[in-house]
Amino acid sequence: MSFLLGSGAGFSGDRTDAAVAVVAELIKRQQPSALVFETLGERTLAAAHRAMREDPESGFEPLLDELLAPVLRDCLDHGIKILGNFGAANPGGACQVIAALATQLGRPDLSIAQVHGDDIRQQLHSLDLERWEAERLEMPGDDALISANVYLGAKALAEALAMQADVVVTGRVADPALFLAPLMHHFDWRWDDWDRLACGMMAGHLAECGAQVSGGYFADPGFKDVPGLATVGYPIIEVEHDGSLIITKPANTGGCVTEQTVKEQLLYEVHDPANYLTPDVTVDLSHAEVRQLSPNRVAVTGIRGKPAPERLKTTVCYEGGWQGEAEISYAGPNALARAQLAAQVLRERLVFRAPAELRTRLDIIGLASVFDSDSGELQRSASASSSGDYRLRLAAEHSERRWVARATQELLALYCAGPAGGGGVRRQFQRRVFTASYLVKRSDVHAHATLFESSPFGERRSERYVAS
Amino acid sequence: MLQAEHTQTAVHPHSSVSLHQLAHARAGDKGERLNVALFAYDPNHYTTLLDQVTEERVLALFAHRGASRVRRYPLPNLAGMNFVIDDVLQGGVNGALNLDGHGKTLSFLLLSMEVNSS
Repeated sequence: MSFLLGSGAGFSGDRTDAAVAVVAELIKRQQPSALVFETLGERTLAAAHRAMREDPESGFEPLLDELLAPVLRDCLDHGIKILGNFGAANPGGACQVIAALATQLGRPDLSIAQVHGDDIRQQLHSLDLERWEAERLEMPGDDALISANVYLGAKALAEALAMQADVVVTGRVADPALFLAPLMHHFDWRWDDWDRLACGMMAGHLAECGAQVSGGYFADPGFKDVPGLATVGYPIIEVEHDGSLIITKPANTGGCVTEQTVKEQLLYEVHDPANYLTPDVTVDLSHAEVRQLSPNRVAVTGIRGKPAPERLKTTVCYEGGWQGEAEISYAGPNALARAQLAAQVLRERLVFRAPAELRTRLDIIGLASVFDSDSGELQRSASASSSGDYRLRLAAEHSERRWVARATQELLALYCAGPAGGGGVRRQFQRRVFTASYLVKRSDVHAHATLFESSPFGERRSERYVAS
Repeated sequence: MLQAEHTQTAVHPHSSVSLHQLAHARAGDKGERLNVALFAYDPNHYTTLLDQVTEERVLALFAHRGASRVRRYPLPNLAGMNFVIDDVLQGGVNGALNLDGHGKTLSFLLLSMEVNSS
């Protein structure tokens, strides 16, 4: 009998009703299964650390309640394990929220496990760190350091399942490890059975971005048409004991699972296909084959595995100062010339109103913006209608908020002091977190799981059982 | 693999079509590094893509964004190839000032390349 892996979310901010159809299908199939919420991007983790700095009670997935409330009871009743990296910077806080939710749903007996060991901030400077090959940034000083998190593998998550956890909460783990763990627990594969590990890891890789393998992020009307994107079905992966896998989606949902959707996701964020590095196995995709079996059922074969890399990737977050953005629109006759004049006025003003180290970028949205460089090369050579619908955008960055405020205020002032007919100014600021990636020795990372116990007497939590 | 210092301006073949007509693509990011996976709709076009969508041309297409290196990994079983492009994200997801720090839209910049379909 196959094990079913369902995806409930592919990123923080994903559809919060997606898991409902997936869980309904898992229940209907009556097979051993798990539901995985992947909600933690590089940027999301940085934002979570930022949030926790301002409020120690935050720092986990903000939509945790909305994601879990519709499915938690059903999963518990039908033995569907839930795993999620929705703990982000504060897995303990997430456990607390889930425990409270379970109590509200009349199931205070829910068993929640927390995975520890990804947070290495305290040890960071005593570790033997190697810079990740594509990393350009220097290690920040201690005063700027916010966080350092290792991408953990599936072992501590599988241990959590061995402790009979119904829900496993993690911070930073490799996204596909969330899916590999229930397979390791269920099939009892050996941790050096590289081919099976590679298949399990790729099952996770295919499902980790939610609808991206089942018709989401795929439609290109007239070229790649997708039915029912508004109700796109999130993926379910059927995995056999021998590691073979089939990608499908719940009945009566939109979207599509085709060779094309699967191929696009197979290589998503992969570099060398023969050496896709994960904490548990190095995956070789170079001989992978993708085959449509029937509508919305696609098999992937030919995945091979090799021993895992010796070092684990770590993301270090540090204070990145402030970014501000401001925009103003010009439309109708001669709009492009007016937008270009506004940009020129801004450039001139910033020379004497802002410090030289202020980093800025100007886009004319509607002419050339998304593909352009910071220096605006495409903008200068783009051909466009003189009368159209253009929006001038200024982005500015500085370590001090006041200079970002000053720069964007200069755009605001275009209302009265700039070209004719400008309108619709929007302005916003955000604190920035910069990240840098390093590699740490596997032996310096100590991942483990504990069962979470919430106390009715006000004590925040206690750990009643510790594994390895 | 191709390093930036070896690049020249790309030479476009004439009587061409947009790559968008022949292939589909998806981009993903890690730090300052972008990958774009490209797949022929029709496997018969795979060799056309191999011949024409070269590391050199891809580097030229992304040069204005600061691309420093392109590596191409052919995947004949999938009628596809993976391009790994360094330093095109101008800061990446946490450091960019542009409108798409992830570089997700850049799959369609690759698909705007002109190729000779014959």
